[in-house]
Amino acid sequence: MIRIENVTKNYRGSNRPALSDVSLEIEKGDFVFLVGQSGSGKSSLLRLMLREDVPSAGSVFVLGENLVGIPSRRIPFFRRKLGVVFQDFRLLPNKTVAQNVAFSLEVIGKSAGFIQEAVPDVLRMVGLHEKADRLPSELSGGEQQRVALARAIVNKPALLLADEPTGNLDPATSDEIMALIDRINQNGTTVVMATHDRGIVDRFQKRVVEMSQGKIVRDQRSAGYN
Amino acid sequence: MRNILNEVRQGLRRNISMLISVILVTFISLTFVGTASLLQMQIGQMKTYWYDKAQVAIYMCSDVSPADSCPQGESTADLKAAVETQLKSTTLSTYVDEYFFENHDQAYQKFQQQFKGNAVAKYVKASQLNETFWVKLKDPNQSAIITESFTGFAGVEEVRDQRTYLDQIFGILNAASLAAIAIAGLMLVSAALLISTTIRLSAFARRRELGIMRLVGASNTYIQTPFILEGVFAAVIGSVLASGAVVAVVQFFVQGYLASKLPFTNFVGLTDALIVAPILVGVGIVLAAIASGLAIRRYLRI
Repeated sequence: MIRIENVTKNYRGSNRPALSDVSLEIEKGDFVFLVGQSGSGKSSLLRLMLREDVPSAGSVFVLGENLVGIPSRRIPFFRRKLGVVFQDFRLLPNKTVAQNVAFSLEVIGKSAGFIQEAVPDVLRMVGLHEKADRLPSELSGGEQQRVALARAIVNKPALLLADEPTGNLDPATSDEIMALIDRINQNGTTVVMATHDRGIVDRFQKRVVEMSQGKIVRDQRSAGYN
Repeated sequence: MRNILNEVRQGLRRNISMLISVILVTFISLTFVGTASLLQMQIGQMKTYWYDKAQVAIYMCSDVSPADSCPQGESTADLKAAVETQLKSTTLSTYVDEYFFENHDQAYQKFQQQFKGNAVAKYVKASQLNETFWVKLKDPNQSAIITESFTGFAGVEEVRDQRTYLDQIFGILNAASLAAIAIAGLMLVSAALLISTTIRLSAFARRRELGIMRLVGASNTYIQTPFILEGVFAAVIGSVLASGAVVAVVQFFVQGYLASKLPFTNFVGLTDALIVAPILVGVGIVLAAIASGLAIRRYLRI
């Protein structure tokens, strides 16, 4: 599913590499927490998996694509095979909940018929079908993140990347979101989630990859935050 | 496709003032381009017309000719005959199409006609005007042969190719049209820059959508097309206006006004303007597509 081999990433104007000689393999159906302090390299790693960036050295394979050599016109088609959520939701403020989800299908050329079926389905799954016509500003933070999750999974991706999805939410709302992500994982989607939330990681007892100063310092199955 | 057009419409509405400035700049710059190319066509037409008519004049010495070229004063019949023999000789006759001799009286009549109403017409006398051999060449470019053969010839005051006068006029016209082309070029550059700035602003205003489009895997073509169409749309309006202006100038100013004032000149007509018009629209479209395409590509580069 994901294979990262001896990856080093240097950013211009910085002496210390953001990632140094990182290797990591993630199997289909895995649920992986990426933990570590800010600046430890979690986000850099996620950016490589999304092909927002290329490594300075090493290779990155995600969903059968070699992300170092992939031609730029193929990148959009690669991204259609995965879903992403962020701490800041990234919704379009002038579109309703349903339109936000539909937008991501329209821009990849899905038919109106497919969109009409898929959007209510996925909104029901995240429990927002009654708020389909609301604007994001009329929703709570947890609800907005559920819209973002709905958008990420509406195309039934094999992989969900989540960059601190609960970072802006209170503990109770975080639990709702985590329950949803867990259900997505149980439906067969591989999940890679970067987080700072000690409580969540301890409670779920999933695979934990801990990073520090651009290196993986721990990779443990059924583990807690430390 | 419907989505793309919708995006274009929204983009256009969002920065209407930039849209208007793009339209105006492409309009003015392409009008310059069109006018300059019509001026070039006009020069070309006049050149073929006048060069064809241009002759080489062999001016014979008269009473008032300067002594250094005409020490003997008025050319005698013998000297004139010598010139004519030379023109008929095998060396020159291969180049000469035809020639005719203009005597004092004919020159006087022509002069009176040309300077009708002018004070100088009263004072000039027939004997002061040169008798002239007008030589029409088979190939007007070979006037040097006549000039060389007769310059310094006894009884000849001066040999002059009429094209030297024409060259001055065409030189001025040419410089004017080149200046217009240079200005047009500068304005096209500024039009291109303005288009790319507009597109970049438009992309900046929609950076959220663009970010999400890229995340969910919208293809580059899908993302870029609305922006390119936005630029092209503005440029098409500008270039259609420019084509209209060029056609109107030809129809109303050149054909309507100039042609009636200067009836003996062959001016560019509507056919020429209708050749230039689609070229202007084409230039506008290509320019806008390239400028906005480059602008949005730079914006989208990861």
